[in-house]
Formats: sequence, structure tokens, C-alpha cells
Amino acid sequence: MNLTLKIWRQANAKARGAFETYNVSDISPDSSFLEMLDILNLQLVRAGKDPVVVEKGCRGPVAFDHDCREGICGMCSLYINGRAHGPDDDITTCQLHMRKFKDGDTITIEPWRSAGFPVVKDLVVDRGAYDKILQAGGFISVNTGGVPDANAIPIPKPKADESMDAAACIGCGACAATCKNGSAMLFVAARVSSLALLPQGKMEAARRAKAMVAKMDELGFGACTNTQACEAECPKGISVAHIARLNREFLSAKLKD
Amino acid sequence: MANIFSSSIGKKFVMSISGAFLLVFLLLHASINLAAVASEEAYNMACHFMDTNILIQIMVPVLALGFVVHIVYAIILTLHNMKARPVKYAVGNQAEATFASRNMFVLGLIVLGFLTIHLSHFWAKMQLQHFVGGTATENPYLLVKTTLSNPANAIMYLVWIWALWFHLSHGFWSAFQTLGASNQIWIPRLKVASYIYATIIAVSFTIVPLYFVLFAK
Ligand code: HEM
Ligand code: FES
Repeated sequence: MNLTLKIWRQANAKARGAFETYNVSDISPDSSFLEMLDILNLQLVRAGKDPVVVEKGCRGPVAFDHDCREGICGMCSLYINGRAHGPDDDITTCQLHMRKFKDGDTITIEPWRSAGFPVVKDLVVDRGAYDKILQAGGFISVNTGGVPDANAIPIPKPKADESMDAAACIGCGACAATCKNGSAMLFVAARVSSLALLPQGKMEAARRAKAMVAKMDELGFGACTNTQACEAECPKGISVAHIARLNREFLSAKLKD
Repeated sequence: MANIFSSSIGKKFVMSISGAFLLVFLLLHASINLAAVASEEAYNMACHFMDTNILIQIMVPVLALGFVVHIVYAIILTLHNMKARPVKYAVGNQAEATFASRNMFVLGLIVLGFLTIHLSHFWAKMQLQHFVGGTATENPYLLVKTTLSNPANAIMYLVWIWALWFHLSHGFWSAFQTLGASNQIWIPRLKVASYIYATIIAVSFTIVPLYFVLFAK
């Protein structure tokens, strides 16, 4: 496959970025999207663009985030042709394959755009905001004992299943990246919901919802308009029903205050 | 209740309560309108009831307040949400989401724009006088007939009503979702109910201008 790539290049957080156009050729339809970017970077390095020392006027290889490359770590991002994690459903960018494109296509690759996720370099954004939201309350602070203790508490199967569905969140940020309001509600809802459904997490559900929502608002994420775009783009297919539970937890906690 | 309204969900709470109140108002408004299609006497009777019933009189300022709150929070939330995406994407968002859900503010503005014309057509001649003095129209039916048998007005009303349809087709279920009154099973059901509600309202509103422009001579 021969492809034209329009990629966002930005030297650092403060620099002004712009799109740059690259051509790659002989890409196998079976290669992954990130492998295709690896090939591009190799090409850039071979063309004399030093991978470490970025000289004046030479941008070096394209910086993008990735780690496990098997859809479990949540490190890869990329907004590809208008979709977070590219043109496929229920996958991360690292699980996207070139067979989803056609020979001769032009592919536009942008970083996540959100006030809460500033660009660090090229396609890399700082998703530390999600960690800060978690640190604000996305945990259980009571002693839940060891593994046998957890098994001693009966939990109805449907609740355990729903909790596990929400716990599948890998914190990649696709929800805020795709939301027209740059809202992090699906992420926050997944954390609040997965813990609120379990007896160990239920005790602190009110405090958790309030603390995490306050942090989310503080860090510049938008409010939810219930468009459901987040659910459509979430690599784990997490349902907006969890947002309803977050709203319930938050509103009942606030109204009781 | 401490600082609930400074939070994003608190602001959405205001949006959903005021929106839900307006949804109920539309049901009443649509049913009164249909009296105009039934007969002149029926409509004038309905108007007389609306003019004299004490509960309705109390609700008029509450309704105005409902609109003001809904619109003020629409502006606050929309500005807040625009700030959360300071740099726009070069390629427009291709994620699956309904047209209505993506354009609630624009649809709201269309509704608001026509609402002002609508108030000048009817409310200014039928009810304003209760507040500022002067004599309101003696025959509301005649006023409706002359206004709506003008094709330009009728077309304007139809455009307005169907913009409202879009706003309602998302707003109805969205209000339940915002209040937390939904779950995996009820989200699809509420969305169906949304379309049913929006269609009932829009069709009832459509019948009236259509009737006058086509049949009233
Ligand atoms: C009869 C008229 C109206 C009715 C029945 C109505 C109803 C609703 C309902 C039920 C919602 C959903 C609330 C939620 O998501 O929790 C909503 C949302 C909204 N309405 Fe209205 N509305 C009306 C007029 C307006 C007007 C005049 C505006 C003016 C700009 C407006 C702007 C909005 C916006 C921006 C939202 C989305 C808020 C968000 O989710 O961020 N609406 N409306
Ligand atoms: S690199 Fe780990 S999920 Fe994509």
C-alpha cells in the first residue's frame, strides 16, 4: 500500500504546531497502524533526521505514545481521520490494522485535543489529568482484607459483571478526546461505577463521586451532553449507563450535604 | 447542597429540571392548540379557561423563569464546553452520535428565535394586557386564523416546530440520563420514548397551521 500521511508536528508544549505531509510506500495491509508509523520513522531517520539530536529545521521522527501494543495498557492514542483510535470499533490504535485503509488513501493523524490533555510533542499528550482524577478518590481506603476475605462477601453475579465491565477502562482518554465537549465523564463514571457496585467500594461511593467530579471540573474537562460518542469510541465499549450511575451517586450525595 | 451548582453535573441538573418542566408545558400547550382545529367555540373556551384559571396565572411567571433558567444555563454550559476543546480537530468528528445531540445549543437558539416572533404574534395580543393594561383581543380564534392562514407564517411555524422536534428527540431521554434515572435496559427504551414524545408534540403543533393555511377561508 502507498499512503499519504498528514501528521501533526509540534516541537514541544509551547511551540506552534502544524501538519506535515509524508509518503510511505510498500506498506503491508497486515501491518498494524503503529508498525506503519515505525516504518515512517525509520525512513525519517535514514533520511538523516537524527532520532536523538534534533537539529535546527530537522524535526526527527514523529513522537507518538505506545507501550503494550496489545490493547491493554491504554498508552496509545491518536485521532485518525476524525476518529479516536481510528476507523474501527472497540479497539485501541495499537490494534488497528492497515487493511482498514485503501491503497492511495490520505490519512490525517492528530493528537488528542482537550484542555485537560496538553500536547507534549507531536502526537504525544499529557494524560496526567486522569491520574490526578484517580488520586482524588478513585480508590478504596478501608482495609478490604486478603483474597479469601473478598471471596467471603457474596456479590450477585449481575452486579459483579457490571462492575467488571466498567473496570475494563484502560484510561486511554479516547472518551474526552472524542467528546464534542471534551468531557471526561465516561472515564470518571467507569471508576465511580465499578467501585460503587461492590460492597467494598459502596461505603465511600458518595465521597468518591464528589471528589472525582470536583477534580475533573478543576482540570478543565467539559460537561456531558449525552451524545454517546464516548461509548462509540471507547476501546472497551464502556456504556454510558455508568454515567447515569455517576450522576445518581453525585446528585444524591450533593443533595444530602 | 453545598456548591452543587458550581459543578458540571450540578449545572446539567438545572438544565434537566428546567428542560423537563418545559416538556410538561409543551404537552399542555399542544393540547390547548388542538381545540382550534375542533371549533371556534372550543378554542375560545379553552383560551378563556387559560385566562382565568388561578393555577395557570401562577404558572405563567414560573414558565417564563423556566425558560430564562434553561437558556442561561445553556449558555453557561456551552461556553464551558467550548473552552474544554481549545484547539479544534482538523478532521471533523466521525464518531457515531445523533445530529440532535451534537447540536442542542444551535437547535435551542432556533427555537428561541422563533419563540420571540411567536410571542409577538399571540401572547402580545392575548395576554400581555393582563400585565400592562389595555384590552386583549376579544376573539383569540380569529387572531389565530388570520395569523396562520398567511402561508409565510404557516411555513415559519412548521420550520420552527420541526427544529423543536430535534431538540426534544434528544432532550427527553437526556434529561432522564442527567438525573441518573436510566440504566443499560432503560436507555434504549427512553430513546424510543423520546422519539414518540417529540413526534406527538411536533405533529400536534403541525396540525394547527396546516389546518388554517389549507382549509380556513
Ligand atoms: C420549549 C422549549 C424547550 C424544551 C422543552 C427544552 C428541553 C430540553 C431538555 C429536556 C433538555 C435535556 C436536558 C439534559 O440533557 O439533561 C435540553 C437540553 C438543552 N437545551 Fe433545551 N429546551 C427548550 C428550549 C431551549 C432553548 C430556547 C435553548 C436556548 C439556547 C435550549 C438549549 C439547550 C441546550 C444547549 C441543551 C443541552 C445542554 C447540555 O446537555 O449541555 N433549549 N432542553
Ligand atoms: S499500546 Fe497498550 S493499549 Fe495500545
